[in-house]
Amino acid sequence: MSSSLHSGGPFRDGTGPLSWGRIVRAPHRVARPAGRAEAAAALAALPPGETLLARGMGRSYGDSGLNPGRCLIDMRGLDRFIAFDPDGGVLECEAGVTLADILRLLDRRNRPGRSWFLPVTPGTKFVTVGGAIANDVHGKNHHGAGCFGNHVLSLELLRSDGTLLCCAPDENAALFAATIGGIGLTGLILSARIQLKPVPGPWLESEDIRYGDLDAFHDLAEESVADWEYTVAWIDCLARGPRLGRGIFSRSRHTADGPADGPAGAAAFEPRFSMPVELPNVALNHLSIAAFNALYWRKAPPRPVRRVLPWDPVFYPLDAIGQWNRMYGRRGFYQFQCAVPKATARDAVRELMRTISAAGEASFLAVLKTLGDRPSPGLMSFPMPGATLALDLPNNGPRTHSLLDRLERIAGEAGGRVYPAKDGAVSSGAFRRGYPRLEEFARHVDPRFSSGFWRRVGGAGEPAGPGARANEEESTS
Amino acid sequence: MKRVLIFGATSAIAEATARLFAAEGARLFLVGRNPDKLEAVRRDLQARGAEAVETAVADLADPALHKGLVERAWASLGGIDAALIAHGTLSDQRACEGDSALALSEITGNFLSPASILTHLANAMEVQHRGAIAVIGSVAGDRGRQSNYVYGSAKGGLRVFVEGLRHRMGPKGVAVTLVEPGFVDTPMTAALPKGGPLWATPDRVARDIRKALNSGPAVLYTPWFWRWIMLVIRHVPDAIFQRTRL
Repeated sequence: MSSSLHSGGPFRDGTGPLSWGRIVRAPHRVARPAGRAEAAAALAALPPGETLLARGMGRSYGDSGLNPGRCLIDMRGLDRFIAFDPDGGVLECEAGVTLADILRLLDRRNRPGRSWFLPVTPGTKFVTVGGAIANDVHGKNHHGAGCFGNHVLSLELLRSDGTLLCCAPDENAALFAATIGGIGLTGLILSARIQLKPVPGPWLESEDIRYGDLDAFHDLAEESVADWEYTVAWIDCLARGPRLGRGIFSRSRHTADGPADGPAGAAAFEPRFSMPVELPNVALNHLSIAAFNALYWRKAPPRPVRRVLPWDPVFYPLDAIGQWNRMYGRRGFYQFQCAVPKATARDAVRELMRTISAAGEASFLAVLKTLGDRPSPGLMSFPMPGATLALDLPNNGPRTHSLLDRLERIAGEAGGRVYPAKDGAVSSGAFRRGYPRLEEFARHVDPRFSSGFWRRVGGAGEPAGPGARANEEESTS
Repeated sequence: MKRVLIFGATSAIAEATARLFAAEGARLFLVGRNPDKLEAVRRDLQARGAEAVETAVADLADPALHKGLVERAWASLGGIDAALIAHGTLSDQRACEGDSALALSEITGNFLSPASILTHLANAMEVQHRGAIAVIGSVAGDRGRQSNYVYGSAKGGLRVFVEGLRHRMGPKGVAVTLVEPGFVDTPMTAALPKGGPLWATPDRVARDIRKALNSGPAVLYTPWFWRWIMLVIRHVPDAIFQRTRL
């Protein structure tokens, strides 16, 4: 794989982009097209025998957004809007446009009585539209709105044989279903049309409720389904025994009753502060994380607080700190996120929390949320009716791997699955069991597209390759 | 509402600047060479909130087109509040050394073409007694260096031209600014190794240009620290300069 062979082509040796978890560190050859025509030219110029993967903002945690040792196409240059209909709320844009770009556009173009918002948003606005589709992201309104893919009207997909297809629920429907949540493997998403959601304005009515145990969480979630569009809970990972799963339940909904003069502080379309360097590995240890969890729980007053807030702090509290992933130091971190079905959710979540708490592998950010019944069009979409639990785990080597194995097993036995966008550790078998439509999906995978994740789970038709862990061992040796 | 004319509108810096104007609800007239790219930029600016966006496809190396383009833009916008001249080329210095035709085309594209457009534009704007013009030069024009003196000489000539034009237009209420970006991460610089604190994004440079089109400084170094880097480079004594590989 000599780079000199192809020097002068669109693919240049990359400095080794990192995944968000900062564990996989591998060289890539990267093309940086400035528009759709250049992206198509780069795909056409993919060297023989090479595989490609599109990269956006690099927010996938593990190896699903990387193609170690092979080619990437950096889609951030495809950042143009194509059309916006302020009356119908339909937005068409290139795949590298970020959700932050869309929010900024809406911030300027919304008018009283004609305001739009993202129909679904994950916990960061710094993801591209292409990435949101490829991972079929969900948000705090999954119980009502489903996934991002539920709101994609159509998308433009370029296959490696040069065909450009418009894919929609009623046009090239099979490829559309494979591309929603298809982790970038069905071809290059060039653009998409999205149906936005009408909202009364930029304000949300929001409540934080401290709750004492897991049953209380489920009660709150049930009670909130009808009237609260957005719900999520932060969990104190170190609480044990009767307090297992205690945390803060947050629920919010759009409201017309905000201050008339608009949000006081402009939204942070760029991080206010950026973590300039990786913190030393010792900065986040059991004690500091335990202290954070205890303080955070106490910070919320015992009685519910109702506030009216602009959308930015409600949806994107972490976006205020750029590169917060550097907090975890050089060794990086894993994120574990699983979904478990409704029938087993209560028991599975209890078992997961018990295992995490007993392992003492504390996490800053453990979030729990119920998932609704609205099916996504995506064959490989992650959510299922039930609940999802997500947590960060500092990478402590074998100790962390063994915990991840146990968590994965609990989720699997409960009939659940893990989320490729977050994963850096799942076994091929567990992945296959979790996604029953995998075979159907694999038929739509473009033969010139691949990723570290796809090879790791054996999807590329090769024996399951080395994954995040193997790479990590190489890099630390 | 601003009326804005941009030459070289599909270049990364111009496009980023145009987005800022679009967000303010400006009316824009864009001139560029590649019709597909120009159309993509037009639609983007329209979606971002521009009041109106008109385009003209032209190869600006041909000076015969310049007068007509300025007239069309003037008629379409109904006057011009701000103009940005952002077209240019960056040829390989070594190739220019071996090929005088290439060197001359580099000088035409980066000096003669903007000088011709500026002449027509200034004569139009002189009449309305207000407005601002920004011209993209380069820190390469501040001192001739072995690594890029062909490109640098064109930008250096442009520097003197803009300086003189500013002198002429100042009393007429039209501010003329030379923009000197340092290293900017754009497709034009794709062949150079990048990274490090000296490299700026087109968005960063665009924000500085947008501000300068209000305040009208003589020279805008962007990012700001290039003023001091170039101050040093200009004042290195020749005896020492000769021993560098700058």
